[in-house]
Amino acid sequence: MCLGIPGQVVEITDPQRKLGLVDVAGVKREINLACVVDEAHPLEACVGDWVLVHVGFAMSRIDAQQAAETLAILEQLGEVQEEIAAMRASAASPGAGTP
Amino acid sequence: MKYVDEFRDPEKAKRLLAEIEGLSARITERLGRPLAIMEVCGGHTHSIFKYGIETMLPRSVELVHGPGCPVCVLPMGRVDDCVALAETPGVIFTTFGDAMRVPGSKKSLLQAKAEGADVRMVYSPLDALAIARDNPDREIVFFGLGFETTMPSTAMTVLAAEAEGIENFSLFCNHITIIPTIKAILDSPDLRLDGFLGPGHVSMVIGTRPYNFIAEHYHRPVVIAGFEPLDILHALWMVLKQIDEGRAEIENQYARIVPEEGNAVALDAIARVFELRPYFEWRGLGSIDHSGVRIREAYGRFDAERRFSVPALKIADPKSCQCGEVLKGVIKPRDCKVFGSVCTPETPLGALMVSSEGACAAYYQYGDLAVLEAEGA
Ligand code: SF4
Repeated sequence: MCLGIPGQVVEITDPQRKLGLVDVAGVKREINLACVVDEAHPLEACVGDWVLVHVGFAMSRIDAQQAAETLAILEQLGEVQEEIAAMRASAASPGAGTP
Repeated sequence: MKYVDEFRDPEKAKRLLAEIEGLSARITERLGRPLAIMEVCGGHTHSIFKYGIETMLPRSVELVHGPGCPVCVLPMGRVDDCVALAETPGVIFTTFGDAMRVPGSKKSLLQAKAEGADVRMVYSPLDALAIARDNPDREIVFFGLGFETTMPSTAMTVLAAEAEGIENFSLFCNHITIIPTIKAILDSPDLRLDGFLGPGHVSMVIGTRPYNFIAEHYHRPVVIAGFEPLDILHALWMVLKQIDEGRAEIENQYARIVPEEGNAVALDAIARVFELRPYFEWRGLGSIDHSGVRIREAYGRFDAERRFSVPALKIADPKSCQCGEVLKGVIKPRDCKVFGSVCTPETPLGALMVSSEGACAAYYQYGDLAVLEAEGA
């Protein structure tokens, strides 16, 4: 109920009620898109969007850019971590190792 | 989506865990005690158990599973009200599947259905509205529950009912709101927390600003987190980093879904249809001021509580049930006297055993053995 499932908007079916067909893991159903449209992103622009669907309502467009950035941070974190670990190891007395 | 797999990369998880271990060792040495971090959201609790995150963490970091599962905190009296509504002649009672097995004082909705009440599981409140459209001679009641994540969907369904002139639809509103709940937890005397993993999807609706008071007044860090294993580890690392650096801020790890300002359309629908109740009763936690919402006067004809007479009795939880202490993180599920014996997912005594987002069901299903093994018990 609270987790939400990502799906991709396939077509707009009822502009009046802001309904569209969304493909959620191969299952297509009509979803309310009112929460993911605004002036800058009108209903017609939603086709192809990835959205997070909660109980029949698309509640958020999934920001691919932000997703990529989070992943990049995680990537970096790994590298920084390795560096720090290496630094720690070299700073510790030889042979002592770090816990 | 391709990047979903990347949020499960075991290599990245390992590095994050090493990082978390280093930070927590440093902090706990300085503080002279282990750290307690609460995940407020039931979705996080579910992920944490599903992916065994608790067992990977150093013992100096304890995760406290908060009250963020809306099914789990429903008091018995409200379930009894649902059953009474479902058994009202002419009513079709519609609900999310999660709520079907929550025990009331006499029966659950599932039992009421077996005894002949017309109870139907729906995926969306819009499906309940469709049933109302198709059955003009029946009264359709939708059981609305959940935090701000599901609140907009029921609000917009009420608005749709009004726009279409569907008059045989009403909402039994049991929505709860996150901020007063967190405040009650922070004010609870038997609870000591060092920081929070903030709920991802509630925040997608309300944004990040409503949490500011936690940093400003309670000086605790909050990191809004996603639900993939790496999201949770990443957010936890961010919380520890704040603690280590002596900061208390609201940070957003889940920016790919959560905008700082929330969702304007959803907030507007909520504000139009709902208003705060003076207080709302929670299972295990008692009454919390302003923690629930009800339907505004202007939409009163869509309010099942106004339309039908509901018993609204206060029913005490069973004596042996320790859901309240588990909800507040004072005890672990396995410390409850009836855990796994009288209370199991098949025969739940407390609501925490019902939904997979409930701490007890999650422990029972995934976690307990692994945790015991990790602790060498
Ligand atoms: S084991 Fe059952 S009764 Fe005990 S706290 Fe968990 S859900 Fe409640």
